[in-house]
Amino acid sequence: MADAPNIPDEAEVRARWGNFAWNSANAEKAREIVARYPEGRQQSCTIPFLDLAQRQVGAETHTQGWLPVPVIEFVARELGLPYMRVYEVATFYTMFNLAPVGRYHVQVCGTTPCMLRGSDDVFAACKNRGLVKGKTTPDGLFTLTEVECMGNCASAPMVQINDDNYEDLDYDRMTVILEALGKGETPKPGTQEPGRHTVEPVGEPTNLVAMMTDNHDYRPEWGTAS
Amino acid sequence: MLADKDRIFTNVYGFQPWNLDAAVMRGDWDNTKALLQLGPDTIIDRIKASGLRGRGGAGFPTGTKWSFMPKAPKPDRPNFLVINADESEPGSCKDREIIRHDPHKLIEGALVAGFAMRARAAYIYIRGEYIREAETLFAAIAEAYAKGLLGKNACGSGYDFDVFAHRGAGAYICGEETAMLESLEGKKGQPRLKPPFPAGAGLYGCPTTVNNVESIAVVPTILRRSPEWFASFGAENNRGTKLFQISGHVNRPCVVEEAMSIPFRELIEKHCGGIRGGWDNLLCVIPGGSSVPLVKAEHIIDAPMDFDGLKAVGSGLGTAAVIVMDKSTDVVRAISRLSYFYKHESCGQCTPCREGTGWMWRVMERLRTGDADISEIDMLQQVTKQVEGHTICALGDAAAWPIQGLIKNFRPEIERRINEKRGGGMSPMMEAAE
Repeated sequence: MADAPNIPDEAEVRARWGNFAWNSANAEKAREIVARYPEGRQQSCTIPFLDLAQRQVGAETHTQGWLPVPVIEFVARELGLPYMRVYEVATFYTMFNLAPVGRYHVQVCGTTPCMLRGSDDVFAACKNRGLVKGKTTPDGLFTLTEVECMGNCASAPMVQINDDNYEDLDYDRMTVILEALGKGETPKPGTQEPGRHTVEPVGEPTNLVAMMTDNHDYRPEWGTAS
Repeated sequence: MLADKDRIFTNVYGFQPWNLDAAVMRGDWDNTKALLQLGPDTIIDRIKASGLRGRGGAGFPTGTKWSFMPKAPKPDRPNFLVINADESEPGSCKDREIIRHDPHKLIEGALVAGFAMRARAAYIYIRGEYIREAETLFAAIAEAYAKGLLGKNACGSGYDFDVFAHRGAGAYICGEETAMLESLEGKKGQPRLKPPFPAGAGLYGCPTTVNNVESIAVVPTILRRSPEWFASFGAENNRGTKLFQISGHVNRPCVVEEAMSIPFRELIEKHCGGIRGGWDNLLCVIPGGSSVPLVKAEHIIDAPMDFDGLKAVGSGLGTAAVIVMDKSTDVVRAISRLSYFYKHESCGQCTPCREGTGWMWRVMERLRTGDADISEIDMLQQVTKQVEGHTICALGDAAAWPIQGLIKNFRPEIERRINEKRGGGMSPMMEAAE
């Protein structure tokens, strides 16, 4: 399949990741995660553990991270589960990368609400910067993926880059973001529309105007007739 | 228009901080103990009286759902509340705003609802892609524990209740309640056969109720202000206020809380600055998220935005995710992109859906380019009927309905493309008889 991940050679991966174990901070986080679920239900930790492991791999490789087979095996050992039970979870959920990705994982939403607001232009900006869907740029900086609805539809189109969302994009705004990241800067996440705070109707506030300036308590007004 | 004082989510735009101190100033966690002292049965009765219907799409009466839970749970089989924050339906973006800007409404609601259904704990299943939102949620839960609002003797009520957040990892199907339970148990998110229903055997085999974020977050306010207050909005059987999420070709897309049953035109005029290019430029609307059929402009303009009003025009309220398309839209492409979405998100468990979603998408792509035969439109229609209702969960139905809506409303457009591609777009030139 054309879009199947390009999984690296196993011997190399084993040599690099065979001794994977939690670092001290993540060992503490893993204990917190286990405490969230009832005794004997540690299988529930599979997704949080895989996420934690991917983040640790990411921190060690200065990328978003991915899940080499020995790391998945480590998670299975930690939870006392057969490898297959953890591997099938890693392959089922889209947020787990089965192959290495770049420093920035550029995930552009292409679903209809974003498409209607111009996600084609966002893809064009990526293409112009040398990003190819499903591939990592030769400098190892960007991996481009088209993703399905990310739930930012009222501030579409959007992109999620590693942990942050950038919303209300167009060709120029996307170009600016990619340029900034390329230079090692951190662009301001959230909406890129000047004058917009989050998902309010931009320009002319139609409701909750009092909340814009102070933390208004509406309870005293509850009793009065509308 | 709904007055600001009657809005439940006053910080939905996040102009003010989300944290506990700010939330308390807005009225959250205000003597929650008194709400719990009403007792589980009274809370359920009041929620029933308020007319609240589930905000996740199906619209099942929330109070009735809670009443299915065992009244006297056994110690080894506790009741669980699972809150569905796996908001992934294209067009939906309301739970995100609640979680990142007003998380304490949700957490307080979890305690009150969990108490009413005699649950031991609540799990909030938040979609993996909501990374920053989950950070806020974890922090808000920690604040509530630190103040003794959750945990042992929650809010000084004598009731022990825990709230845990659980992050998903990217799968639309986990928004289906039994798939969510599978995922919470650490498995692939593949829906379970029903029965048994979750209220009988859900999370870890224990009685479980799955509710949407919005359904839970409105509960404390309903109890504080009275069920009659909530029921004073909206038409009969469609009570309350609702977060509408308007995306697509309006001048100012936004998320806004409004009274149920507000006419479509009023919603768009008041909050979104009208349709891009004016009302004459409106082509069609998907009123409830990608899974409901689209509605043509002339039918939607005066329709009330509620469960029954949208059913009457052949669609549904769903999550009230309103996707607006103007006349510049390539409507076949818009629906084909949704078909791709369902192909991507099918969990692969049932054959009609696994194979059908891919097949339907490939045919839709050919219809988009006109590279098809007229008879294939009927064939596609038939196949959607064979997927619909023949799968464990509703994803098969959800994949079929947008296509059925397209064929029903835009068949001439599909035929035009096919004829054009064949070079038969114009009527044959008349030849003069010699």
